[in-house]
Amino acid sequence: MLDLEFMRLAFAVGIVVGVLAPAVGFFLVERQQSLVGDGLGHVAFAGVAAGYLLGISPVLTALCFAVVGAFAIEWLRSRGGTAGDQALALVFYTGIALGIVLISSANRFDVGLFQFLFGSILTVTRSDLLVVLALGSVSLAAIALLYRGLVAVVLDEEGSRVAGAPVAWLNTLVAVLAALTVGISMRIVGILLIAALMVLPVIAAQRVAWSLRSTMCLAAAIGLGSVLAGLTVAYYADLPPGGTIVLIAAGAVVAATIAGAARGSARGGAA
Amino acid sequence: MPVTADVPAVVLDGVSFAYRGGPCVLEDVSLEVERGAFLGIAGPNGGGKTTLLRLVLGLERPTAGRVRLFGGVPQSRGAPRVGYVSQRAQLASATPVTVREVVEAGRLSVRGPFGPLRAEDRAVVARTIERVGLADRAGAPLRTLSGGMQQRAFIARALAAEPSLLALDEPTTGVDAESQESLAALLAELRTELAVTILYVSHEFGAVEHVVSRLLLVRGRIVFDGAPADLPAVWHDPSHAH
Repeated sequence: MLDLEFMRLAFAVGIVVGVLAPAVGFFLVERQQSLVGDGLGHVAFAGVAAGYLLGISPVLTALCFAVVGAFAIEWLRSRGGTAGDQALALVFYTGIALGIVLISSANRFDVGLFQFLFGSILTVTRSDLLVVLALGSVSLAAIALLYRGLVAVVLDEEGSRVAGAPVAWLNTLVAVLAALTVGISMRIVGILLIAALMVLPVIAAQRVAWSLRSTMCLAAAIGLGSVLAGLTVAYYADLPPGGTIVLIAAGAVVAATIAGAARGSARGGAA
Repeated sequence: MPVTADVPAVVLDGVSFAYRGGPCVLEDVSLEVERGAFLGIAGPNGGGKTTLLRLVLGLERPTAGRVRLFGGVPQSRGAPRVGYVSQRAQLASATPVTVREVVEAGRLSVRGPFGPLRAEDRAVVARTIERVGLADRAGAPLRTLSGGMQQRAFIARALAAEPSLLALDEPTTGVDAESQESLAALLAELRTELAVTILYVSHEFGAVEHVVSRLLLVRGRIVFDGAPADLPAVWHDPSHAH
């Protein structure tokens, strides 16, 4: 399998995506904003369509659209006049509607589009890998550097504001990181499923973790394992990688829920 | 911003407040709180006591009047540190956060959001956890603790900032009577040992009345301001509509 160039590229991208998506998703889930990744995915769809229409890289335009969408969600949310879910709905539906209109204008309802929607292990290029490595490294470094501040805002946003922390800036950073994750993950996981890879490993980790740090580390491990196993299964079974990866992550949630319940029962019995 | 001893901790000057499109919640409130005071803020639900606290902390802006915290605008850069335990100080039940992680978050105002905590920060965190009586539960997930213990963890987070002012909004909601008594003792001790100014919002004051140095009753405006001992007896009657 690894003799093939396209599989090596898919695994290289997968390693970055598998760690980054849950690491960013951790902050979304803990802030009860699990659907933000979904909303940004739909904005990225409009970006792909714009790329086709303009004849430039759909990955680049998807990244740009997702980042603009992230700013829009955070701006609408922070103004207070729009509830978080309404801000998300506005951006979500505008993104998918714009995408459909642009794709129709470009006349590109074809296999290439489906690869962006559902992921493909055949389409990762060397230039994609360079973009993923660069943006993935910067994103992970930002999380490592600002982990303490981001966690403080997760635990108590108003308390952090009173403490003088740049809360608006940190919230915007999380939204932008989510947008970058969507942009660099869509090649192998697909626009429609990337949000699942940001959320499901975190939910699984919460079932068995004992602290915030362990939640993030376990989530990254589950995300990485899901991507590597999903790509392998997709290769041998000729399945779409996005769906395979997400089904494995969903299986991890079920397994973690059972393990967590069993551990709880054992403690109850011991007590 | 240097704070001189003669600058009051809190000054409200003709402050009024209304939420957007709503009726006036507070009207023409003027107030001065001396440094080191333990101020209880009581009143009926909807009377504006939480809004008053949020104005002091800079979480709301007055529609009229002026708020000063240690002589400056609330949340201004370089201002004395404030520890805040909000009414909503609770976590999603699925969040597996430990007591130590909660308290470490309190160092944000001292160390900023960048990089890991230093050894001296960890020492302050450990001391603060010990002070609130949770040393043996520091590594325990918060969700496994009782309501009273969780409240102590949130207070420890506020204290980890080494604040000049500690603001607590309904800290005893859902907490048993014994925990309320021990919280009152802890706050009295903090005031004596650390000279922290304490603002304590609650709709009932049974547990802390004897440790509060000054009591405000708020119902759209300040209807009582004085020592708890001077409070007319009718206010102690829970059935009274205030």
